[in-house]
Amino acid sequence: MSELVQYLITGVGGGCAFALVGSGLVAIYRVTRVVNFAQGGFAVIAALTASTLLASGLPHGLAEGLAVAVGALTGLLVGLVAIGKPGTPPGAALIVTLGLGVFAYAVEVLVWGDQPRSFPGVPGAVEVFGARFQAHYLLIIGATLAVFAGMGLLFTRTDVGRALSACASNPYAAKVVGISVTRMGLVSFAIGGALGGLAGVLVTPIQLVTFDYDVTLIVGGLVRPALTLAGGLLLGVAQALVAGYGNAAYQMEVALVLMLAVMIWQAARKPIAQEEPA
Amino acid sequence: MIEVEDLTVRYGAAVALDGVSLTVGAGEMVALIGPNGAGKSTLVNTLSGILRPVSGRVTIGGRLAQVPEGRQMFPDLTVDDNLRLGGWRIRNRDTGPIYEVLPDLVKLRRRRAGLLSGGQQQMVAVGRALMSRPDVLAVDELSLGLAPLVVADLVRHLRELNSERGLAVLLIEQNARIALDLCTRAYVLEAGRIATSGPSAELAASPEVAAAYLGVAA
Repeated sequence: MSELVQYLITGVGGGCAFALVGSGLVAIYRVTRVVNFAQGGFAVIAALTASTLLASGLPHGLAEGLAVAVGALTGLLVGLVAIGKPGTPPGAALIVTLGLGVFAYAVEVLVWGDQPRSFPGVPGAVEVFGARFQAHYLLIIGATLAVFAGMGLLFTRTDVGRALSACASNPYAAKVVGISVTRMGLVSFAIGGALGGLAGVLVTPIQLVTFDYDVTLIVGGLVRPALTLAGGLLLGVAQALVAGYGNAAYQMEVALVLMLAVMIWQAARKPIAQEEPA
Repeated sequence: MIEVEDLTVRYGAAVALDGVSLTVGAGEMVALIGPNGAGKSTLVNTLSGILRPVSGRVTIGGRLAQVPEGRQMFPDLTVDDNLRLGGWRIRNRDTGPIYEVLPDLVKLRRRRAGLLSGGQQQMVAVGRALMSRPDVLAVDELSLGLAPLVVADLVRHLRELNSERGLAVLLIEQNARIALDLCTRAYVLEAGRIATSGPSAELAASPEVAAAYLGVAA
């Protein structure tokens, strides 16, 4: 029992990071219809930035906050290159993000070297139902819930959020009322960068950022933030259970099998994330 | 209020508007009629700055708001949020006056716009355009797909806005009968060119217009 609780909590913690990166992808895709292949890079750049800032003596909190801001700025820059020119088709922008993702990888190696880096998270351990786990997991889970609640408020209670939703559901009507769809696309890239960056700084103390994040967005069908959260958590828990009761080496296979299962299930129901006619 | 001079708009090689000129005076109601594909919506989208002309001049005195073809709701947002976004350009968030002008919307304000009937959506589209406090309203296909009674109600609202608030209206319509009935002057757009123009009564009496657009045998 205590093992199961431990796997569930560490799984949810890991799943939160997937959910954050995935919701960043969804935020960008909803507004721009661009699948952002540079999304994983936001997490890595923010995590590496945080490690450097912490090593240079900045206190916890400030260092992570600045790193998330760097993630947002990176997102904005990727957005500027990918969709900055009005009328860029989403397919072309997707290729641009793919190129920028590879470019970011080169920059990371150049600046930080190719050795993995880490930094300490919340110290200490917590015991729940006899299961012991790092206290940092509670920060990850709490921060993710707060961010998703904040995003919900942003999209339903603020003008910028409504404008983002407007661009997502009807870009032509958004133009008619004077909303700059390109500018909102850039805002969504900055949000995506911040969410990816947050995932990076939250997860680095407990595990390395890997590249199997795409499952969450497929589970969420690319446009449903709540499903993205569920998809991220499902992946995290499934991986933790397999690693706990089976073999940790199979985590990647878990992600791939889950992705395949969801794709088959979705294909049986309806086409995935069908484009709306313009 | 609106002055269009010798306007040419192209989609790639295809010419959508070819040397179009028209005017709408302050407080005037002018109709633009013509068949599908004549370039009517292209003209509206050029007036509102969504499309760029190849040549020609568009001068708009005051603020223009567009009621776009197909109503173009933000379907996931509530009626109130749809209206609020209409005021985006001038940072106007006060939807109260819109509910005074269009009281039918009051009971719908919390409903998602995607769930409304066509007539209700058209009402929201008009309200959303009014949120930018326009001097001239370009209404693209007011009657399309709507029942005659619903259209009559919308027409009554437009008439009131025109007579009580001095709002100028450019009404783009396939339904020439409605357009000529509501507006004092009209232009007939065919294949990207103004085929004819004049007072509505004269156009309605012209055998060619009557035959082509009013379903009267020439």
